[in-house]
Amino acid sequence: MENDSKALLEIRGLAKSFPGVKALQGVDFTVRRGEVHALMGENGAGKSTLIKVLTGVHSRDAGVVRLDGAEIRPTSPKSAEGFGISTVYQEVNLIPQLSVAENICLGRQPTRLGFIRWGAMARHAEAALARLDLKLDVKKQLSACSIAIQQMVAIARALDVSAKLLILDEPTSSLDENEVEELFNVIRKLRAEGLGIVIVTHFLDQVYAIADRITVLRDGQLVGEYEAAKLPRMELVTRMIGKELSQLAPKQSTDAVETAAHEREPFVEFIQCGRAGSIAPMDLTIGKGEIVGLAGLLGSGRTETARLMFGIDRIQTGEMLVDGKATSFKTPGQAIRAGFAFTPENRKSDGIIPHLSIRENIVLALQARQGVARAISRKQQDEIVEKFIKVLGISTPGPEQLVMNLSGGNQQKVLLARWLATQPRLLILDEPTRGIDVGAKAEILKLVQSLGKEGLSVLFISSELEEVVRYCDRVAVLRDRAKVGELAGKQISEEAIMHTIAAPQTK
Amino acid sequence: MSTAATTTAPPPAPSGRFQRREIRWWTSLLWPVAGLALLLLFNLLFTPGFFHLEVRDGHLYGVLIDILNHGSKVMLLSLGMAVVIATGGVDLSVGAVMAIAGAVAAQLINRPNVPFPAVIALGLGVAVLAGCWNGVLVGVFNVQPIVATLILMVAGRGVAQLITDGQIITFTDPRLTYVGNGDFIGLPFPVWLSLGMLAITALLTRKTAVGLFIESVGDNQTASTYSGVRAGRVKFLVYAFCGLCAGLAGLVEASNIKCADANHAGLFLELDAILAVVVGGTPLTGGRFYLGGAIVGGLFIQTLTTTMYMQNVSADVAPVPKALVILIVCLLQAPVFRRKMVAVFRKKGAT
Repeated sequence: MENDSKALLEIRGLAKSFPGVKALQGVDFTVRRGEVHALMGENGAGKSTLIKVLTGVHSRDAGVVRLDGAEIRPTSPKSAEGFGISTVYQEVNLIPQLSVAENICLGRQPTRLGFIRWGAMARHAEAALARLDLKLDVKKQLSACSIAIQQMVAIARALDVSAKLLILDEPTSSLDENEVEELFNVIRKLRAEGLGIVIVTHFLDQVYAIADRITVLRDGQLVGEYEAAKLPRMELVTRMIGKELSQLAPKQSTDAVETAAHEREPFVEFIQCGRAGSIAPMDLTIGKGEIVGLAGLLGSGRTETARLMFGIDRIQTGEMLVDGKATSFKTPGQAIRAGFAFTPENRKSDGIIPHLSIRENIVLALQARQGVARAISRKQQDEIVEKFIKVLGISTPGPEQLVMNLSGGNQQKVLLARWLATQPRLLILDEPTRGIDVGAKAEILKLVQSLGKEGLSVLFISSELEEVVRYCDRVAVLRDRAKVGELAGKQISEEAIMHTIAAPQTK
Repeated sequence: MSTAATTTAPPPAPSGRFQRREIRWWTSLLWPVAGLALLLLFNLLFTPGFFHLEVRDGHLYGVLIDILNHGSKVMLLSLGMAVVIATGGVDLSVGAVMAIAGAVAAQLINRPNVPFPAVIALGLGVAVLAGCWNGVLVGVFNVQPIVATLILMVAGRGVAQLITDGQIITFTDPRLTYVGNGDFIGLPFPVWLSLGMLAITALLTRKTAVGLFIESVGDNQTASTYSGVRAGRVKFLVYAFCGLCAGLAGLVEASNIKCADANHAGLFLELDAILAVVVGGTPLTGGRFYLGGAIVGGLFIQTLTTTMYMQNVSADVAPVPKALVILIVCLLQAPVFRRKMVAVFRKKGAT
């Protein structure tokens, strides 16, 4: 057993099983003071179980957890906080209707005779934010702040309990690049203060930008602990998924794409389509069998464009042509009947029907398009579902499993199946790979690519430029809720997209 | 596409905690049936004559038959209530709608020139109309269900008063009194009516896609809308249907006592109906609904009421033990409570 005097958190031989699944087996994990430690692994690797054991959500079956040399056994997030372990979760766990100060001090408001001392609370919150070099009006309602600020508030709240160890679970998944940089500055500052920081993220770039050490888990077991500087990217990816990267992401030949791009008939055309407060009038053409990417920073209007196209929001200006004919959708239902499909960015709140089965989730859109009366028989349903479970490789014990029990990647596959079952002509994918593991990501992207070859048009929205560059025939670049440029064929590169985003406005 | 399929062998199934708990319709019946069985067992031991049945003039008589008969109103209501609750709503107006339906039927039956089918059709028609009113408020204007139906709950009795002119209207027409008092193949007619409605509702929801749409809207309205389900229309339909169920229950009630009493018909029955649905395993937050559970829940509540009565619990105090028993049933259904109890018993077993 190593004896590291700087070790803040030491976990040895941690094990946790759930009925039928060994979520963690013999895992060691060490976090030192003043270090940022990335916890990596695919979904199902055991990252979240490890964190939940640390924060007292789950109790451990075996193993030792020592903080500052003393063994601890947290029984609830509150008791974990008592030990000095604070967590900021992926979905910001704050109360949007309350003020910033209330959110920071919630549950531990300074009181006098049972009454809240509002002044003291505001000063306290300001001090907590000042530690992050952040100055804002703490009386402001939280929902009025950007997601990035909300994230900072969550961190301020977590640190407010004299934390020694800060756990950040996917903290950057809803931030754009500048906001990520801001967050990283805060993390660096805290690292300098001697805090131990555990970060869980799917973004490889960010891991290398911030982490000192990396621990990789796979299938509930420890793969290894590495110094970030000495672990090449390829190595990391292969360790995480246990196979070579070349298997996952074949580079498409760009020549073939370019020749095809010119011959394509348009399927959907936006002619100066826009909506006040949502997106400025824009032109956009999606050809048959073409994969068109929408690139831009968070809040640049990518989702808004998708909502407009899918009939969730009404088009206020301009005209939309489908197959050359002017069309307008009042509801998503009409768009679906025209052969459109849409997997929303927020899988949990807008995509899945959590308490229904995989089967019901998959047949829903098809059934909705057919109407109430023409029910799809159970036999047909089973056939459809079985087919897609097989084709998409949805890993589940059976089609009657509730969707809420699936991992993120499998939920996304269920959503794809829901739409593929309707045999759509246009598939709008809004961040289809967000928050899912590398393996599932590659499978979904591969699928999208092959669908394009089969003649399906795809509108592909992703904040990971690498994906956009690799898979799109054409890329429309958005900034500040307006289209600022378009790239095609060989022009497409991460650099070109970033240049377009950053280019001075020509008006 | 086939290439995508072959890349990964399925990894170990996620979160095995839920693996074996597949949802089947009968598992949902387990708890309400167990509650009912317990209650019947209590009566078997402590209430003499509870299970006594006799045949007189070809009709079955006995406490059990009375329970079925009187429970049919709550059972009818609970069917409509179940689908409303499944969409994440609630209908507080069913009691008032019962009063309206009864009032309309009683007024019309006493007119010499109105044919009997028209009496029934108009009585039910008004009830459906009332349901549609709720449906428009909730489905079209997105008014909160509790508020939208509260309006009719309050106003509905006034409407019924207007129809009856503030009088209690009695009637003797044998065709109308048959609805609540008649016998059909040995069992009271309302029992058959309830079973018939259960069958119809089950067919309508499970053999068409309506059930799927109701559950998906109740579980996640945004996702359902994005999938092409018209949430507003689904909601409108369930409230209209709930109105129909309330109308039937209203006719049964009026027919049972051979008069229309705008003030007391169906009073507080909406609460019994909601309870029946909840006891039957349908969550108030919407989503999955269980019609069989709702029916058993209705029977459970009626059995409880009758038990109180037969144990000579005075009508003033009766709600207290009733509330206690319902509390226990609801606690038994709450996963948190069940987990805690299991933990307690495990600990005891270990030491």
